[in-house]
Amino acid sequence: MTKTLSRRGVLKTGAVAGAGVALPTIFTASSAAAFTNEPTGSTVTLGFNVPQTGPYAEEGLDELRAQELAVQHLNGEGDGGMMNTFSSKALKGNGIMGKQVKYVTGDTQTKSDAARASAKSMIEKDGAVMINGGSSSGVAVAVQGLCQEAGVIFMAGLTHSNDTTGKDKKANGFRHFFNAYMSGAALAPVLAKEYGKDRRAYHLTADYTWGWTQQESMAAATEAMGWETVNNVLTPLASTDFSSYITPVLNSGADVLVLNHYGGNMVNSLTNAVQFGLLDKMVNGKKFEIVVPLYSELMAAGAGENVQGVIGSMNWNWQLQDEGSKAFTKSFGEKYGRPPSNSAHTCYVQTLLYADAVERAGSFNPCAVAEALEDFEFDGMGNGPTTYRGADHQCFKDVLVMRGKENPTNQYDTLEIVEVTPRAQVEYAPDHPMFAGGDLGECNPGA
Amino acid sequence: MDVIIPQILNGLDKGSAYALIALGLTLIFGTLGVVNFAHGALFMIGAFCSVALSKLLSVSYVTEDPTQKDFLGNPLKVETPYVESWFGPEVGGAIIDWSVPLAILFSIPIMIVVGLVMERGLIKHFYKRPHADQILVTFGLAIILQELVRGIYGANPIQTPAPDAFKGSVDFGAAFGFDPNVIIYPYWRMIYFFFSAVVIGGVFAFLQFTTFGMVVRAGMADRATVGLLGINIDRRFTIMFAIAAVVAGWAGVMYAPINAPNYHMGMDFLVLSFVVVVVGGMGSLPGAVAAGFLLGILESFASMTAVKEVLDGIDQIIIYLVAIIILLTRPRGLMGKKGVMED
Repeated sequence: MTKTLSRRGVLKTGAVAGAGVALPTIFTASSAAAFTNEPTGSTVTLGFNVPQTGPYAEEGLDELRAQELAVQHLNGEGDGGMMNTFSSKALKGNGIMGKQVKYVTGDTQTKSDAARASAKSMIEKDGAVMINGGSSSGVAVAVQGLCQEAGVIFMAGLTHSNDTTGKDKKANGFRHFFNAYMSGAALAPVLAKEYGKDRRAYHLTADYTWGWTQQESMAAATEAMGWETVNNVLTPLASTDFSSYITPVLNSGADVLVLNHYGGNMVNSLTNAVQFGLLDKMVNGKKFEIVVPLYSELMAAGAGENVQGVIGSMNWNWQLQDEGSKAFTKSFGEKYGRPPSNSAHTCYVQTLLYADAVERAGSFNPCAVAEALEDFEFDGMGNGPTTYRGADHQCFKDVLVMRGKENPTNQYDTLEIVEVTPRAQVEYAPDHPMFAGGDLGECNPGA
Repeated sequence: MDVIIPQILNGLDKGSAYALIALGLTLIFGTLGVVNFAHGALFMIGAFCSVALSKLLSVSYVTEDPTQKDFLGNPLKVETPYVESWFGPEVGGAIIDWSVPLAILFSIPIMIVVGLVMERGLIKHFYKRPHADQILVTFGLAIILQELVRGIYGANPIQTPAPDAFKGSVDFGAAFGFDPNVIIYPYWRMIYFFFSAVVIGGVFAFLQFTTFGMVVRAGMADRATVGLLGINIDRRFTIMFAIAAVVAGWAGVMYAPINAPNYHMGMDFLVLSFVVVVVGGMGSLPGAVAAGFLLGILESFASMTAVKEVLDGIDQIIIYLVAIIILLTRPRGLMGKKGVMED
């Protein structure tokens, strides 16, 4: 008796056999892994998600340099940088929990969907246990949500919107960088001191989450000092020429222009404002002034001589003279021949903070790591005594008020420190109205 | 009035850039029949000609100043441009200071070569292909060119200032009886407008009053007949492509001091310039210029607070809204001709 094999029969048999072979593996996998991407070998993989293309590629490149440096220091290579000044001594320079640190990179392109896709790929294909980096609040909020769903820790890079640790905060997400509220709280007293309390401010605001929270924060802080907000005009994010938004400023009776812009928007709006001679004008009997609430070294370099004399704020700057800042600047400068930016600093610190939290928790489980980070108090990382507040996963530390340097001596000498605003002045309650509406939720270990 | 006049002035310089780019686009479409989505990249390359010349003239030798320290505590490396060392600080400094106007000359051979390579090397192979193919291939070319520039100069904007003599602004208000400080306009933007007017006038004069221009116009009207007369119209059209590249390049060269050049600035202008071409009428040179200035001025007015209070977000859609209205009422655009892109 002969039996012929049909195509359908072969497929059915194959499917049943395949399921039979795969079934034990599926159960084994889900029962063995207590959390997403539990490292089982001699290495652990971190995912660095930064803009490698697009308008913030330079910022992303600097973040990547700092992340590579952090990995070197964690693995015991180089001079150790801030590991020598960090108040926690859990890190030994032998990787993380004895596992050699490896890393993969993703390109956010400063687009939320691309950033989520690259983070997802690093988590699912490369086995990354943590995602770090980025240069946009929109991207940070999107990737933070993804990491929450995937069950990995997100250590945000440059994100300054109040929403990141406000209405969009997540239990798996942590922000070392300062925020718009802190910029306003740090800047307002300095502005009142420098320009007086009787000022009329005109705001130009980038029309997206960061711009809105930045404007709200600056208006509230300066109005509390006695300033009047004459007008707030929302400008499209895609704007390249701001002349038509700047000329009405002259008819408004305002004597201060606040540019709630970042990146290319900031470079162009500040350049246009200077071209129109705003800084040379006298209005209401006072010299007209421009304020840029959020500075970065790279954007200041892009704006060139237009930043001279203009006040803004920063998370950190390489000119700080504390031991941590000096150690990091030396380490970074000797390796790359340039001083680090404040986004590089935040990504470096975030990588060390994550590794330290794992060591202290004794586990890579994101919920154990989150617990170790919550209300963690530390020093020696460049911003003075710092706390990672458990209620919203926001770091609280000193903030810098900066001014565009009048006579720069070289290409990196663009900004100078006006004041190191003490942490107490920029702190706020977790239920502050500007941060209301969100829920941290429960930590998700994934798996 | 003191609110309206500044917006008209703002519209004129925006319109100048739109008009110059759209003029080149229309020239290429009218002569070669190609929808060139890489034209914005030519504008960007022009702007980077200013950057390149500025950097070239600033090439320096390095000396160490032991009295000053760098960020690592080492003696500060002081850069002195060779031109300052050769011609003295004053003359050398002036040469560097005038790098943008000098880049008008510097850009001519560069833009001609870029234009010819682009046309002969790639675009000529797509003359007989559908417009969709042309758009895809030229868009791809634009991306390659901008990534090349990003690879060389990075993603950060690079300030390329106007000469010191043209910095600052003129107070029109004070000159015409309005309150001082309410109608001001930067000198360089004024120069940009006049420069554009001269270039546009020059292109029209070239096409109108030279034998070469007459042949080109004849070829645009009836390519086959001109060919039958034994005239190598293809060669002339290739030259027109190079001229269009130079016009776009000049628009970029002179735009560099207005907004710091960055690698994606071509894309920022490309879509708007295409809308300008369509509104002006495909293939119509006067239409492209008129639409460029019209849309530039409308865009400026739409940014006014008083307008935005009535129609929030109008500044983001005004150009497209006007384009829709014009195309609904005049399907061939403001000055479009029958039969162009209607096959």
